[in-house]
Amino acid sequence: MNSIIDFFVALGKYDFLQSALITAVMVGIMSGIIGSFIILRGMSLMGDAISHAVLPGVAVAYMLGINILIGASVFGILAALLIGFVASKSKIKTDTSIGVVFSAFYALGFILISMAESSSNLHHILFGNILAVSDADIMTTTVVLGIVILFVVIFYKELLVTSFDETYAKTYGLNVQIIHYALMLVLTLVTVSALQTVGIILVVAMLITPAATAFLWTDKLSTMLFLAAGFGIVSSITGLYFSYTFNWASGPAIVIVAAAMFAISFIGAPKQNFFKLKRSVTQ
Amino acid sequence: MLTIKNLTVAYDDTPVFSDVAVNFNAGKITGIIGPNGAGKSTLIKAMMNLIKRESGEIAYNGQSIKSVQKKIAYVEQRKELDLTFPIDVFDLVLTGTYGKLGLFKSPSKREKLASKEALEQVSLSSFSKRQIGNLSGGQLQRVFVARAIVQQAEIIVLDEPFVGIDLQSETAIMKILKQWRDENKTIIVIHHDLNKVSNYFDDLVILNHGIVDYGPTQQVYNPQNMEKAFSADLSAVLFSKQEGVQA
Repeated sequence: MNSIIDFFVALGKYDFLQSALITAVMVGIMSGIIGSFIILRGMSLMGDAISHAVLPGVAVAYMLGINILIGASVFGILAALLIGFVASKSKIKTDTSIGVVFSAFYALGFILISMAESSSNLHHILFGNILAVSDADIMTTTVVLGIVILFVVIFYKELLVTSFDETYAKTYGLNVQIIHYALMLVLTLVTVSALQTVGIILVVAMLITPAATAFLWTDKLSTMLFLAAGFGIVSSITGLYFSYTFNWASGPAIVIVAAAMFAISFIGAPKQNFFKLKRSVTQ
Repeated sequence: MLTIKNLTVAYDDTPVFSDVAVNFNAGKITGIIGPNGAGKSTLIKAMMNLIKRESGEIAYNGQSIKSVQKKIAYVEQRKELDLTFPIDVFDLVLTGTYGKLGLFKSPSKREKLASKEALEQVSLSSFSKRQIGNLSGGQLQRVFVARAIVQQAEIIVLDEPFVGIDLQSETAIMKILKQWRDENKTIIVIHHDLNKVSNYFDDLVILNHGIVDYGPTQQVYNPQNMEKAFSADLSAVLFSKQEGVQA
């Protein structure tokens, strides 16, 4: 209990901790929202792929001294296009195409980063370094959060219908490809923001785990988006507390909390009906 | 009238059919029958621009199909959908209004009222808040028909709507199809239960990797055509007025 009080006292005292908390909360919201669409479209693997594929973009941005969002967006979209291209122009299935493309991008990213910077920087990119968030980072994250919310509010019905029933959306003439690539672009922006809090390796966990937890609790998409954002916030704050108190790396701490919430929901959520399902299997 | 000319579709260079020409009339319920793999779904998907065609012209009252895309409603096979999706019956029907709304507009009172009325027409008002996975096959099919109602389409295409559904739902859907016919719409139904062909369809397209025959059901539903599309045995059974068979 004392450690919780200590955490809040420190929060009042240290700017770096306030910055960390603000960033973590914003990342929790945006990754919960975008992650919901990712899991409903059956694109968890794609989310993982895009989050890794931005690595060379991060390196190039660093080398050229440009905004990291621009470098990451270019490579994220490039990877999404390439994955689609390989899958549609050959008999290779999409998941295989994803595996080939993202591992190549990831490898390229490693090489570029080792050329550009010291290994300590790489460590931060891979595992997150939330306690070193700058004011400029907070600004960027705020802009991304704004973009995510605008995107989902403006294109809510298009995102809903293409996630649920793409064939139907095509029959009335909706350009489902543009929606897909727009979502991929927003996903790369979210990835770059989440990079600061949980690192590239665990971005996929922030996208998928809070959204999957929310899915277990509701049958309504709008509710799911709010719940996923909520679970994202709770895991970010609680994770940050563990990180500060026990000196754990922030990324793993946040992700473990998210996973714990999923585990509790898996057993307890009424929709999941864990105990009833088990009974019907044993009958 | 919906006209198809010179339609050729191929999967991986193997043609499913080539040079198909067929017409669908307004104010008629047209059935498409043929053995499994004959290209029934492929024909309608190519018609609606859902899959690539090697060649072919598709026109509706002289206009290209692309320019009238919003006038088509498609009731696809239920197995192609994710039934765990967090959406309830009412919101699913409401997606039927999206095409006419276009980008940047949200469904308003008018759209919601139309969806409510469509659910009444298929007698599912009391299910409107139910998640779609918690419906029977027949109820779900009626929900999709309700979505087609709110689309206010001129051409309605249904892929195997009667598979695995209860008789009550089948009758309810047939009633809606007849209403659409009376409103002079073009209704196209892929079907596989040969017993009900004469009862259900005004016109018939018989398919087996190409058109075997098409025209008014009374004329084209005959032993010769059934033998060509299916087999002599099946044809003999169908036309000996015995208990029916399913192809």
